[in-house]
Amino acid sequence: MIKHLLISAAIVTASFATASAETVRWARAGDSITMDPHAQNEGPTHTLSHQIYDTLLHRDMAGAIIPSLATEWAALSDNPNVWRFTLRKGVVFHDGSDFTSEDVVFSLNRAMADGSEMKELLSSVKEVRAVDSHIVDVETNGANPLLINNLTNMFMMDKGWSEDNKVTTPHDVAKGETNFATMNTNGTGAFMLVSRAVDEKTILKANPNYWGKDIYPNQVTEIIYTPIQSSATRVAALLSGEVDIIQDVPVQDLGRVSASADLQLATAAQNRVIFFGLDTVNGPTANLKVRQAMNIAINRDSIKKIVMRGQSDPTGVIMPPFVNGWTEALNQHPQYDLNKAKALMKDAGYSNGFDIVLNCPNDRYVNDESICQAAVGMMAKIGITVTLDAKPKAQHFPIAKGGEADFYMLGWGVPTFDSHYIFNYLVHSQTNDRGSWNPTGYSNADVDAMIVSLESETDLTKRDDTIAKIWAAVQVAQMYLPIHNQVLNWGMRKDIMFDVQPEDTPLFQFLTFK
Amino acid sequence: MTFIILNRLFQAVLVLLFVALISFLIFRFVGNPVENLMGQEATLAQRAALEEALGLNDPIHIQYFDFLWKAVRFDFGNSYRGALPVAELIASRLPATLELALTSALFAVIFGVFMGIYTAINRGSVITNFILSSSLIGVSLPTFLIGILLIWLFSVELNWLPSFGRGEVVDLGWWKTGFLSESGLKSLVLPAITLGLYQMTLIMRLTRSEMLEVLRQDYIRLARALGLTNKAVYFFHALPNILIPVITIGGLQLGSVIAFAIITETVFQWPGVGLLFINAVYFVDIPVMSAYLLLVGFAFVLINLIVDLSYFFIDPRLRDSELKDEA
Amino acid sequence: MERFFRSDFFYHFRHAPVAIVSFVTIILIILAAIFANFIAPTNPFDPASLNLMNGFTPPLEANEFTGERFLLGTDDQGRDLFSTILYGLRISLFVGLMAVLLAMVMGVLLGLIAGFLGGWIDSVIMRFADIQMTFPSILVAMLIYGVARGILPPEVRYEMSIVVLIISIGLSEWVPFARTVRGSTLVEKEKEYVTAAKMIGLTRQQIMLRHILPNVLSPVLVIATITFALAIIAEATLSFLGVGVPSTKPSLGTLIRIGQDFLFSGEWWILLFPAVTLLALALSINLFGDWLRDILNPKLK
Repeated sequence: MIKHLLISAAIVTASFATASAETVRWARAGDSITMDPHAQNEGPTHTLSHQIYDTLLHRDMAGAIIPSLATEWAALSDNPNVWRFTLRKGVVFHDGSDFTSEDVVFSLNRAMADGSEMKELLSSVKEVRAVDSHIVDVETNGANPLLINNLTNMFMMDKGWSEDNKVTTPHDVAKGETNFATMNTNGTGAFMLVSRAVDEKTILKANPNYWGKDIYPNQVTEIIYTPIQSSATRVAALLSGEVDIIQDVPVQDLGRVSASADLQLATAAQNRVIFFGLDTVNGPTANLKVRQAMNIAINRDSIKKIVMRGQSDPTGVIMPPFVNGWTEALNQHPQYDLNKAKALMKDAGYSNGFDIVLNCPNDRYVNDESICQAAVGMMAKIGITVTLDAKPKAQHFPIAKGGEADFYMLGWGVPTFDSHYIFNYLVHSQTNDRGSWNPTGYSNADVDAMIVSLESETDLTKRDDTIAKIWAAVQVAQMYLPIHNQVLNWGMRKDIMFDVQPEDTPLFQFLTFK
Repeated sequence: MTFIILNRLFQAVLVLLFVALISFLIFRFVGNPVENLMGQEATLAQRAALEEALGLNDPIHIQYFDFLWKAVRFDFGNSYRGALPVAELIASRLPATLELALTSALFAVIFGVFMGIYTAINRGSVITNFILSSSLIGVSLPTFLIGILLIWLFSVELNWLPSFGRGEVVDLGWWKTGFLSESGLKSLVLPAITLGLYQMTLIMRLTRSEMLEVLRQDYIRLARALGLTNKAVYFFHALPNILIPVITIGGLQLGSVIAFAIITETVFQWPGVGLLFINAVYFVDIPVMSAYLLLVGFAFVLINLIVDLSYFFIDPRLRDSELKDEA
Repeated sequence: MERFFRSDFFYHFRHAPVAIVSFVTIILIILAAIFANFIAPTNPFDPASLNLMNGFTPPLEANEFTGERFLLGTDDQGRDLFSTILYGLRISLFVGLMAVLLAMVMGVLLGLIAGFLGGWIDSVIMRFADIQMTFPSILVAMLIYGVARGILPPEVRYEMSIVVLIISIGLSEWVPFARTVRGSTLVEKEKEYVTAAKMIGLTRQQIMLRHILPNVLSPVLVIATITFALAIIAEATLSFLGVGVPSTKPSLGTLIRIGQDFLFSGEWWILLFPAVTLLALALSINLFGDWLRDILNPKLK
C-alpha cells in the first residue's frame, strides 16, 4: 500500500514538473560521454558540462572573450610569462562550499594530469599559484599571449568535494576507467544535475544560488535532455511538440520546421570547416598536379545548392571565418573548371585516371556521406574511380588520424579562434606532440619552425605575418581540399528566444521566453 | 524420463558454452584489448606488462575459462564508451527491452489468436480477406519502414502518440517501469505494434490453420451434432486444442523479439539493450557487444528449454517417445 | 512440358487469379531487373554520368536548373529514380536468390543427414540449429560484417558487402529447411521403398539423394519461396542499420534508407517508389508462396 502511494506521488510530482512553463525539453543526436569535465575534449560532452560547471572565461556570441568566474585577467606588466586572474567573489558550488583560488589551482592541475584530454591546451603552463583567496597566477614557459583562448572549455571543480570522493584525477576513458565524477557533479554553473541515464535522459534543475542570477535571464528552471539518434525521429519529436529545442535540424527538414505554426529556426554560421585530406607521399595524390586537379573538379556551389540546400558557405581555406588569420582572399573558393582539371590530370600522367578509396564518416557532420557521394561523381568526371567507404565516426576517426587513408573527409572546429590551433594539429609534421591530425605526410621544416614560433611571439603584428606565411604555404601544398563552413540550424518552439552560439553550445541561462 | 530431462539440460549447457565461445572469441580477437586500453604512445614494455596483467599470455583455453568464470559472475569489465561496468549498463537497460518485448508479444498473441479464429470461422468473408491481405502487406515491408510510417502518421500528422523514448518512468528501486504512467503507456503503443506486427501475422496464420484443422476433427462434428452452439464449440472445444502450439510458438518468438528489438529501438530511440548493442557496434565497444550476445543466447536457450520441458509435461504422448523438435 | 500443362498443378494455377497475378508480377520484376541496362534510360552506377544539379527533381517535372525530366523523379544525388530502382532490384534479387540457395542447400543436406542417420549426428545438427536460432540474421550479419571489415581491404568492400549479406541471411535461414526435411525424412525412411532400396544394396548417399530427397522437396519449395521474401526484406533492414551495400551502388533497401530521410520534407517520391517496388515484390512472393503451400498441402484445402 505504501509503495502504491509512493508511486502515485512520484507520478503527481513528475506531471507537475513537466507541466511547468519553464521546463525546456532539449534533444540532439549524441549524448555526453562522461560528466567528468576534464576526461574528454569533445563537443557534445562539453555542451552538457557547460550547464553544470563554469569556466574562468567564456565567449559572447561574436566570439569575444568575456568574464565568467574570473572578473579580470591580464599578463603581469613586469613578467609577461605570468597571467593573473581575479576571481568572482561570493560564488558557491552546488553543495554550498565556497569557490576560491584553491579550487582554480586544483582544477587546472587536474586538467593537466594523466588521463585528461584537456592537457594539450595547457601544455605551455609551468605552474599555477594562489596569490590570495581570490587571485590566481598562471605561469607559462615563455610568454603565451593567447593562453586565455585555451581556457574557455576549462571547467572549475571543487577541491574539497573532489578529494572527498577520490576524483582528484580525471578518469581515462580510453582505458575504460570510471570514477565518481563520471555520473556525479558539483559545479558552480546555472544548473544542477538531478538524474542521468546515459543515452536515455538527463534532468537538470536551476541552481538557486547561481552567481549569475542577476546577470543573465535565467528563465529556465528545468532542462530535460534526451539524445535522439535517428534524424527522422528527432525531427518528428520537434514537429509533434515532444521536445522544445533540437540543435541539429537536418537541412531537408528546415522548410517543414519553419512552416510549422509553433516552431521557428535560428540560424548562424558555425565555427567548423569541412574538407578532404589527401596523402602527399604515396600514390597518385603525391603528385601536386593531381591534387590541384581534384581541387578544381569539386563543384562546391552545386554541393551547397543540392546537398546542403543552401545551408553552407563554400570556402577555399580550411579555416572558419571566426579565426584569427582569416581573410576574404583566402576564403575565395577555387573556380570549378572541368577542362583545366582534365588537362592537369593529363600533365600529371594520369589521363586514364586511377582508383582510390574515399574514407568518410556517416554520423558526424551535416550530410557527410552525401557530400562524399557527390564527390565520387565529381571525381569520376576526371577519370578518378572512387570507392566510397562511409562508416560511423568511432570507426572513421582512427583511420583518418592513423595515416592509413589516401583520401578522407574531416571537419575542424577552432575553439581557440586562432590559426595556431589548426596549424598545430593539421599542418605541423606528425611528431609525438604535434600534427596528430596530419596524416597527409606533409612535412616542411620551415613551416614547422614558424608554427612553434607562434607560441611565444608577443608582437601580435609579427605573429599575424607569420600566420599569413604559413597559410600561403598550405595553399600551395594543397594537401587539403576545403569544401565549406557549416551553418548551424537550431529548431525550437516559437516562444523561445535563444541566440545560436557559433560553437554549437547552447547556454540555457541565456534563454528567454516571449 | 529423467534421462530425457537431464539430456536436455546437458544440451542446453553445451549450447550456452558454444555461444560463450563465440562471444569470447569476439572479445579476445576482434577487440584487441591492448590497443583499446593503451594509447598509441605506449611503449613496448608497457604493452607487455598489460598483456601479462590481462592474462593474454595464458594458453587460450585458460583465457576462455577465465572469461566463463567472469561471465558467470556478470563481470564483463567496463564499456569502452560509457566507462561504466557492462553488467550495470545492461541491467539498467534491460527493463525497457523486456517491457517492450512483453507488450509486443501480448499484442501479437491476443490479436493474432483473435484474428486467426475469426478468419478461420468466417472463411471467405470480406473482413477475413481484408485481414489476411493487409497482414501480408505488413510482413512484406521492412520493420524500420513501418516504424517510420507510424511515427509520421500518428506523431507528426495526427499528433496522437509520442514518437520516441519511454515517457515518464516510475522507479521501483530495482526496476524502472513505463507501465505506471500515462505517457509511459502511450509511448509503448507505436514501438510495440512495430515490433509485434510480424509475430502477430505469424500467430494469426498459425491459429487459423490449426483452427481449420481442428474444426474438421470428429469430436467437433460430434459436438455440433449433439446440438452445441457455435460459440460453445469454438471456445470450449476447439480453442483449448490450438492454444498449446500457439503459446509455444509465441514463447519461442519472445527470444527473437528481444533480438529484433534492435531495429525498433533504433527507430523509436527506445532506451533498451538493443539500442545499447547497436551503439556498441558503431563505437566498436567490444565488451558490450560480447556481453549482449551472451545475454541473447542465454535468454533464447532458457526459453527454448522451458518450452521443450513444458511440452513434455503438457502432452502425455511425448513422455513415451522422444521430445519434439519441430517447435 | 505437355505433361505440365495438363497437370493438376497447372489446373489449380489457371483457376487462382491471385496466384496468376502474383506470379506475373514476380516474373515482370525479375525480367525488368535482368534487362535493366536495356530498359533503364541511364546507368545510375556510373558516377561520371551523374549531374548533382538534377537532384530532387519531382516525377515528370522539369528540373529547375537543367530542364531535364525524369519519369519517377530523381534522388538526392540526381540519379534517375526509375533506373536506380531497376539496377537496385538486380542487387536485391541477387542477394535474395543466393541467400535462399545457400540456406536451402545447407538446410536440406543437414536435415537429410540428421533425419536419416539419427543418433548423435542428429543431436549435434539439431543443437547447431538451436544455436543458429539464437542469433537472428541481424546479429549474424553485424558480426560477420564487423569481422570481414577488419580483415578485408576497403577496395573490395562492395563485393564484400554483397557476400556478407548473402552469407549472413543464408546462414540464419537454413534452420526451417533442416527441421522440415528432417521431419519428412523421419517419416519417409520408415516406408517400404526405403527398406527395399536398402535390401538391394544401395548406399546411404544413393538412398538419401535419389529416393528420399525427391519426396521431401515440396515443403522445401514452399519454405524457399517464403524465405526469398524474407531475404529481400532482411537485405533492406540490414541496409538501414548500415550493414548493406554502399550508397554509390544502392540496392532497393539502401534506396529506401536514403528515401526515409526525405519523408517529412516533401520529396515523397524518393521513398515511395522504391518502397512500392519492394512491397509489390515481397507481397507477390508471399501470396504465391501461400498459394503454393495450399496446393502442395491438400490437408489445408
